[in-house]
Amino acid sequence: MNWKKHDYDDIPGTYVFDGQRAHPAYALNKLLYTFNQQQNRDAFDADPAAYCDQLGLNAELKEAVVQQDFMKMLRLGANIYYLAKMAVPRGMSVQDIGAAFQQITTPEFQQKLAEKGHNLSAKLETKGDYWHG
Amino acid sequence: MAKIIGGVTSSHIPAIGNAISQNLTQEPYWKRFFDGYQPAKSWLEEAKPDVVVVVYNDHGLNFFLDKIPTFAIGCADQYHNADEGWGLKPVAPFTGNAALSWHIAESFIAQEFDICTCQEMLVDHGLVNPMRALFGDQEPWPVQVIPLVINTVQHPVPSAKRCLKLGQALKVALESYPEDLRVVVIGTGGMSHQLQGERAGLIDVEFDLECIDKIATDPEWLTQMSNTEIIRRAGTEGIETIMWLVMRGALEQKCNVIHKHYHAPISNTGAGVLVLENQ
Repeated sequence: MNWKKHDYDDIPGTYVFDGQRAHPAYALNKLLYTFNQQQNRDAFDADPAAYCDQLGLNAELKEAVVQQDFMKMLRLGANIYYLAKMAVPRGMSVQDIGAAFQQITTPEFQQKLAEKGHNLSAKLETKGDYWHG
Repeated sequence: MAKIIGGVTSSHIPAIGNAISQNLTQEPYWKRFFDGYQPAKSWLEEAKPDVVVVVYNDHGLNFFLDKIPTFAIGCADQYHNADEGWGLKPVAPFTGNAALSWHIAESFIAQEFDICTCQEMLVDHGLVNPMRALFGDQEPWPVQVIPLVINTVQHPVPSAKRCLKLGQALKVALESYPEDLRVVVIGTGGMSHQLQGERAGLIDVEFDLECIDKIATDPEWLTQMSNTEIIRRAGTEGIETIMWLVMRGALEQKCNVIHKHYHAPISNTGAGVLVLENQ
């Protein structure tokens, strides 16, 4: 197969979810989609490997799922919204996954986020027409 | 004739739903974010819309990746929320307006927007959370709801320019509906954020503020950017901000800016509320 190159391919640390990513990971995203239902979450928890087999995952996808390796699943083509369907019921937030992607702790990830809002009130005041409470 | 009173924008991040359900809205982390919704809520109370058209993207509740319409409209009498896998308790169902939905669908297709019509549609946090933030939890909800779904999840996704044009087509559709209805269009999503990859946690406050300012007064500005340029600045999930342009396109070129609110970070996101009123 000859996948077309895109001008977003060179954005660092970014995996734009297009056909080239969605196609090889179709079974993986389908598995993650089944987690919308409680009975499927329970069936997966009871035997993750068997559940992967049932959903037709190949060995590489299955390994990433069973290891709950979010970076690996992302690289293999998992969509982030679908990954969240696996993470959140396990008590993980998207910030925990974000920290895992960067190999830092969640508090470090949250600190980096908090810095983005530094001096926000002052910035908004200079613009004049924003709500200030 | 249906009359478009104005437009409102809101983030739709899942954490909004959790914060409301867990009564955290006045906690220090959330207070400024939610307090900034109050002027929008007051405006809606006074505007008393009969119908809201909510523009959002589905995140894998109604649509799986097997079939992804670029544009889809709910054409049902009722829309249910359901488990998205995150343990959020579904909210009360929303009442639709099937006759208006089908009118909009016919008008869109006549205007060469070949939209997918859905006679059954589950609505996810993309629609539910802006409704909860803007109206508070209500049963029944005080307005009829028309879901208008834009694909911002699986690329190729439509351009910002196309979204503005869809909004302009929505204006034509609504204004040719014979019944006297008061309509507000709600554009949801954004603003800058990236949830995935090593670049997760990206927020660009400058870009977000420019978007709010320009969408209010010069929406063509955002249509000059390609999706790649928007993703570069605002993140892969920040592309959702193009949905604000559907709201903007449905309004008059010149409209009154009633309210601007911005907060960052909230969850992983820069979040904006913009209230525009037709003159």
